[in-house]
Amino acid sequence: MFDSLSERLGGIFDRLRGRGALTEIDVRAAMREVRVALLEADVALPVVKDFIEAATQRAIGAEVIKSVTPGQMVVKIVNDCLIELLAGGDELPPLKINVTPPAVIMMVGLQGSGKTTSTAKLAGWLGTRERKKVMMASLDVARPAAQEQLRVLGEQTGIATLPIIAGQSPVQIAERARQAARLQGFDVVLLDTAGRLGVDEALMAEMAAIAGATSPDEILLVVDSLTGQDAVNVAGAFKARVPLTGVILTRMDGDARGGAALSMRHVTGTPIRFAGTGEKLDALEAFDANRVAGRILGMGDIVGLVEKAAANFEAEQAEKMAEKLAKGQFDMDDLRQQLAQMKKMGGLSGLAAMMPGMGAAKKAMDNGAINPKLLDRMEAIILSMTAKERAKPEILTAKRKIRIANGSGTTVQDVNKLLKMHQEMANAMKRLRKMGGIKGMMKMLSGQGGLLGGGPGPEGAGPEAGGAIDMGALGRMFGRPGLGNLPPGFNKFGRK
Amino acid sequence: MSWFGRLSEGLSKSTKKLANNITGLATGTLPLDDDRLDAIEEGLIAADLGPAVAARIRDRLGDQKFAKGIDDEGVRAVVAEEVARVLAPVALPLAITRRPQVILVVGVNGSGKTTTIAKLAHRFKADGQRVMLAAGDTFRAAAIAQLKIWADRVGVPIVAGEQGGDAASLAFEAVKRAIDEQVDVLIIDTAGRLQNKAGLMDELAKLKRVIGKLDPAAPHDVLLVLDATTGQNALSQIEVFGQVAGVTGLVMTKLDGSARGGMLVAAAGRFGLPIHAIGVGEGMDDLQPFRPEEFAAALAGTAS
Repeated sequence: MFDSLSERLGGIFDRLRGRGALTEIDVRAAMREVRVALLEADVALPVVKDFIEAATQRAIGAEVIKSVTPGQMVVKIVNDCLIELLAGGDELPPLKINVTPPAVIMMVGLQGSGKTTSTAKLAGWLGTRERKKVMMASLDVARPAAQEQLRVLGEQTGIATLPIIAGQSPVQIAERARQAARLQGFDVVLLDTAGRLGVDEALMAEMAAIAGATSPDEILLVVDSLTGQDAVNVAGAFKARVPLTGVILTRMDGDARGGAALSMRHVTGTPIRFAGTGEKLDALEAFDANRVAGRILGMGDIVGLVEKAAANFEAEQAEKMAEKLAKGQFDMDDLRQQLAQMKKMGGLSGLAAMMPGMGAAKKAMDNGAINPKLLDRMEAIILSMTAKERAKPEILTAKRKIRIANGSGTTVQDVNKLLKMHQEMANAMKRLRKMGGIKGMMKMLSGQGGLLGGGPGPEGAGPEAGGAIDMGALGRMFGRPGLGNLPPGFNKFGRK
Repeated sequence: MSWFGRLSEGLSKSTKKLANNITGLATGTLPLDDDRLDAIEEGLIAADLGPAVAARIRDRLGDQKFAKGIDDEGVRAVVAEEVARVLAPVALPLAITRRPQVILVVGVNGSGKTTTIAKLAHRFKADGQRVMLAAGDTFRAAAIAQLKIWADRVGVPIVAGEQGGDAASLAFEAVKRAIDEQVDVLIIDTAGRLQNKAGLMDELAKLKRVIGKLDPAAPHDVLLVLDATTGQNALSQIEVFGQVAGVTGLVMTKLDGSARGGMLVAAAGRFGLPIHAIGVGEGMDDLQPFRPEEFAAALAGTAS
């Protein structure tokens, strides 16, 4: 399931290596795989069909650039098409909040899609980023304690909420909210509506009535990114009743491939504005089409991985590490730090799931071929070494290894495996320096124009004979923290 | 209204669509050719069965020889039969066999855990069981208030603490009270969590361990609540929650919408976990036992 699309396409195109333009037969064969990848990512079937047709037309006859395989070329074209579709081509117009106050933003969606949390997040975002005075009102009289939930969230974030008056209808509350916002000088009023099913006629009519009574400046559809094929029905049902102006995708911090994004964009025709990325109330990000495209194609969330690495990597440690790397040193203590970072990022299975080409490793782990406790064990081995041994692993004699194995509850083979891995990582670091540091690495990994499938697949990512995954590749990943916010040490290193 | 009536009503729109996907190509009795098989496969994919399972069912249909041809109605019946065959072994109701039976309810955010608990409590109470609830979702704002309102409506006692409190100690307290007060069923709510959040999943594992302190066999049931609108990610949810919390059964919610919950078929084939019940509405009575033939019929559009 986590096999990357480029790997799959590789099989089809192996025999084609070196040909010129993509032929229709080749493209159609490749698109069958793309189709499955999209369906597995939960892109809705009608959307997949349209998309495949458009991408096929574009791919046929395209020149295969030298040094990439035809499979990679197809992936690039598909990836480009996806980004175009997700981003919508044109410049994203800003939210209509600079109207005669109060601007009304109405939130709609299914039950459990994350409307109330998203309302609070958006309110916070408008307050801090746009410096608006925001009020929230819950029109949800159906779910027990829903109004209470928004009130509590308002308290937590310091955002005003409309006082709750029991017994009012949603339309009455909406009108009261708008009036209160106007009188009290609020810039924006957010209306959080009850969750409803597209097939529930009464509730859909109520939603239309609220929209009619308050004529919102923005109506945002809140959609769970875990949504499956039903996404088209949901989008269609809501679009038919209210003039949607945008979409918020929630739970993008989950491990779903997020094909619902494409379905939503396609069916509603409105931009995807935001992505909810966590339980905390500031976890709302501008929607990033590039990243989601890679994820839908199963090419791993490279950017996400890198950002996570950056967030977890303490600046001070990075500084120290960079110095050592610059000198071409990489000792056992450094390795241990890297292991600790990896654990923070959700352990091996978490990492494997995020990385492209690591499908085999993930599978091996699921089958028990790779022990997820591997990181702990490796750490134990390093901790059983003396300070001197850690700084200079080459002094490890057989006798010392036996002592370390006993001390860490492992075997000498395990110790040897770790040493080999360390050697590989140290070599990788050296290579990295030769390639022009972090920047060169970045280029190789992400490629130009989103050719994600091209570079990153760590060769031999599958389980090696000993059951260890290619840690050199993992190590390389860590040499590339953050496209946006590089820790200070790495900035320096990048210029080296 | 009967269960089937409700389900069919909810599914009617989408069922029609699926039925049209599968059929609507052939008028009269025709051989099951590639075009029709393609249409069937796509119809199944559109119901969230996933490409792999859809392809398998397609192959199985393709292997059968319909020498004299088959009409649309026949195609739907065969599809329903194939789906029902996959689902039949996993349709098992949740039985109360010990006292107190501790039921832990887990799932991702917004899947419908709290409402499902209310429905379960209502059903057990109607069966004459003494039910107690525990408001273990100490994270989401007003989750405790929500469950309290439900406990009140259903008329069962509830063990609740403060928001932001320790869920594990609350669960421990609840199990203790359930034993002391000799209730038959204790249902423990938990905060929704995404299965790829290692820290939150560790917390769930701890919660489960703590529950087992007073009664090593507890929790006797760990129910994973799945949202019918969820796509292929449901499989990942089952897998990870299964590893961490030892899920013993599934409940699927929101089947009254346009979603068809086809990933249950994929899940049944892969994990074989019992499907205890399905949620078909927001009312207390809207929790129904899972009936594979009817579910399959609604999925394939043989319902008329």
